[in-house]
Amino acid sequence: MNSVILRVGTRYLAGILLVFSFYMMLRGHNEPGGGFIGGLTGATGFVLYAIACGTQDARAALRVLPQTIAMWGLGIALLAGLFAALFGDALFTGQWLFIGATESDKGLPLSTVLVFDIGVYLVVFGSILTLVFAMEEEV
Amino acid sequence: MAGGFPTDTRGNGLTGIVPVLFAGAIFAYFVSLMPAIAANEVIRVSIPWIPSLGIELAFLVDGLSLTFSLLISGIGTLVLLYSNTYLAGHPQYARFALFLTAFMLSMLGLVLADDLILLFVFWELTTLTSYMLIGFSHEAEKSRRNALQALFVTGAGGLAFLAGLILLAAASGTTSISGIIAQGNALKEHAMYLPILILLLAGTFTKSAQVPFHFWLPNAMAAPTPVSAFLHSATMVKAGVYVMARMHPAMSGTDVWLWTLTIFGAVTAVFASLLALRQTDLKQALAYTTLMALGTLTLFLGQESGYAMTAFATFLIVHSLYKASLFLVVGCIDLSTGTRETDHLGGLGRLMPVTAVAAALAALSMAGFPPFLGFIGKELKYAGAIAVASEPLFVAGAALLSNALMLAVAGVVAFRPFWQGSVPSGQAPREAPWQMWAGPIILASLGAVFGIYPDLLQVALINPTVISLTGEVGEAKELKLWAGINVPLFLSIATFVLGLLFYKFHVQLRAKLEQGFQAIPNLDHGWDRFLDGLKGFAKWQTLLVQNGKLTSYLFATFLTIAAGILLTLLYTGMPMIAVDLSDVEWKHTSIALLTIAGALLALVTNSRIAGIAALGVVGIGIALIFIVFSAPDVAITQLLVETLVVVLVAVVMLRLPSLPKAEFRLGHAALSIAVGASVSLILIAVVSSPLDLRLTDYFEATSWPEAYGRNIVNVILVDFRALDTFGEIAVVVIAALSAYALLRTTRKGDQK
Repeated sequence: MNSVILRVGTRYLAGILLVFSFYMMLRGHNEPGGGFIGGLTGATGFVLYAIACGTQDARAALRVLPQTIAMWGLGIALLAGLFAALFGDALFTGQWLFIGATESDKGLPLSTVLVFDIGVYLVVFGSILTLVFAMEEEV
Repeated sequence: MAGGFPTDTRGNGLTGIVPVLFAGAIFAYFVSLMPAIAANEVIRVSIPWIPSLGIELAFLVDGLSLTFSLLISGIGTLVLLYSNTYLAGHPQYARFALFLTAFMLSMLGLVLADDLILLFVFWELTTLTSYMLIGFSHEAEKSRRNALQALFVTGAGGLAFLAGLILLAAASGTTSISGIIAQGNALKEHAMYLPILILLLAGTFTKSAQVPFHFWLPNAMAAPTPVSAFLHSATMVKAGVYVMARMHPAMSGTDVWLWTLTIFGAVTAVFASLLALRQTDLKQALAYTTLMALGTLTLFLGQESGYAMTAFATFLIVHSLYKASLFLVVGCIDLSTGTRETDHLGGLGRLMPVTAVAAALAALSMAGFPPFLGFIGKELKYAGAIAVASEPLFVAGAALLSNALMLAVAGVVAFRPFWQGSVPSGQAPREAPWQMWAGPIILASLGAVFGIYPDLLQVALINPTVISLTGEVGEAKELKLWAGINVPLFLSIATFVLGLLFYKFHVQLRAKLEQGFQAIPNLDHGWDRFLDGLKGFAKWQTLLVQNGKLTSYLFATFLTIAAGILLTLLYTGMPMIAVDLSDVEWKHTSIALLTIAGALLALVTNSRIAGIAALGVVGIGIALIFIVFSAPDVAITQLLVETLVVVLVAVVMLRLPSLPKAEFRLGHAALSIAVGASVSLILIAVVSSPLDLRLTDYFEATSWPEAYGRNIVNVILVDFRALDTFGEIAVVVIAALSAYALLRTTRKGDQK
């Protein structure tokens, strides 16, 4: 699709969508969102980019092959699950670390659950882009 | 395979020597067990394998399995030694040695297994490894075809065999073979005895090539000669015989057992002897005499008397010794002269003296002349045949005829090429290197040694084997060269006379047989047509199920869904349906109307872009429903997926020509209504039944205190049910990669 307006608009929109997708992922534990929704949102950004500027540009902007991203996501999710083994817990048991926690405040919660969610994000993101790019190039 | 012996007799280096030493070590181990077995001990080793099913890695060494093990590992060692020279410098020798060793180990596992499941595993392993061996010369199409034929015939028998073993295990309540045998007559009185017997025999008869399944065995001669020597003397084809012998104590003695084995065995023995005499190819002739031996062994297993069992054990050993020896001799002749045709061979005796001696010793044993073990075997055969209470004439007649023919074949194979005629011009035969005559001479001399000192064999192997076969001590008859003037002796004399006559006139007989056999249908001829038919059928049914039309795939999928639901409802009865419309608000109604409108538009439009948009409306309507019922996560996901699907579909669809005018299809309409109705019915039924809130309550109560999350949906996804989610994302990746691969493949295809 050769439209200057869409192309210029996309440059900004895609970036915003990407940032927003991280936000959606991170807030997922307490508010609507999460890795799955985040991954979909992020993928939408690149799909838009591919439609406006072509898949070649979109691939160049992504730098990495989308299927590689998906595989990394799967690996990260698995590692997050295996991490529990270090503490003798069952597979995929969440491990938590509260940085700077006090009596009243929990501080900054970090967990393998978040790492797992990042894995889900990458899987969804990578898989959808794999599919969309291939389709776009095919037709 | 012209060209004489390999000039480099050093063989194949380490790959040639290591297997020989390995097999030799196994043989030595089994020899070390002989004293214990001769003292009527039984050695059993077992390791739990699948304890929940009571299946063990159990191995049993008794007389029967030790006899087989010694033959397998002993002949295996000599064959490996022989092959090292026979195939010296062959580029794929390592592969050959691997297959042969693997086959030998499978065979050993088979005869030592004391568990039905374990037995079956080794049974199939022998089928697979023998397939590799028969098809070793894979450049030749004939070799591939014949290997596949052997695989299919024995594999099909193997399936029946498996069914038989499972029934057997169910009937006797254990998979342990010694356990089943210990139950005595229980199996024979079991209601499932007949089906078990039929299935097991289907397996053993195909494996041991009994008529009418015999056709694969001569074809298997496409294998290199050492393989034939190994597979058709003591191993592969004896596997079926072994299983029948192993089950003998538990299953023999009934009329069905007696008559099935006797008739199949006798017919195979006589039929195969006639076929053997017809052959002009030495190896083919030997292949048919193997069939004769298998028939004879089966014939004896049909009986129960001590004579028959002793005859079985003796003939088993005799046959393995002379047959392996003769096959190896034929391999020597083949390499030396470049032919295996009897008509093109002669006068080899002086040029290949050692080979000729080995051949003569083996042939005399095969023909049953004294003082060879073959003579004792034959005497016992007759004694065993006469001891058959029911039909001595039939059994003795079959034995007499097949023995006489065997004598004639022994003359054709091992006497004529060496001591008659002269070397045809163009051949320059030489003596074989020692590695190649060592095997035949050792095996053939053993036939003479055991014939002169039968006691050696009697105590060490025959008695324990007969105990395994009958389950009783003291049933074995004595092996003697001179048993006095009795009926077997007269029968022996008759055999010699008849056999020498057959030999004298074998050329004329062959012509007669040729005519006779033209008339008999041969399954081998139908084999290729059968395979072609099978392939044609497979193609036809694949095209029927996978016709490449998306419409028919979707039709089948939805038909299955609708039929599944409706049939279930039909069987379980209609669920209780209570629809309460009192709390429906205007927003619910309007969302429903919007969705329905979208669906209707998608049905009637013939513009693709309108159709996609209409489907988008349906998706958004559903997302709105999620929002109304406060499921924001699901709604967001639905909206995003909907957006992406529209993009994806649009990319594809916009390139396609516009839709043909929508026409009414009654079948599709009926199916749509059926699917819609059944899914709605199910949903209403689900809503009507009281909701079980236990899980909801649990997640609500624990989500924050235990998982530190307030968004229950996400906490379930990434924490409570993280393993499920992991499985799902794995599926997502696999789906994406598969679709990617498919798209890539078609594109490459287009470029061509």
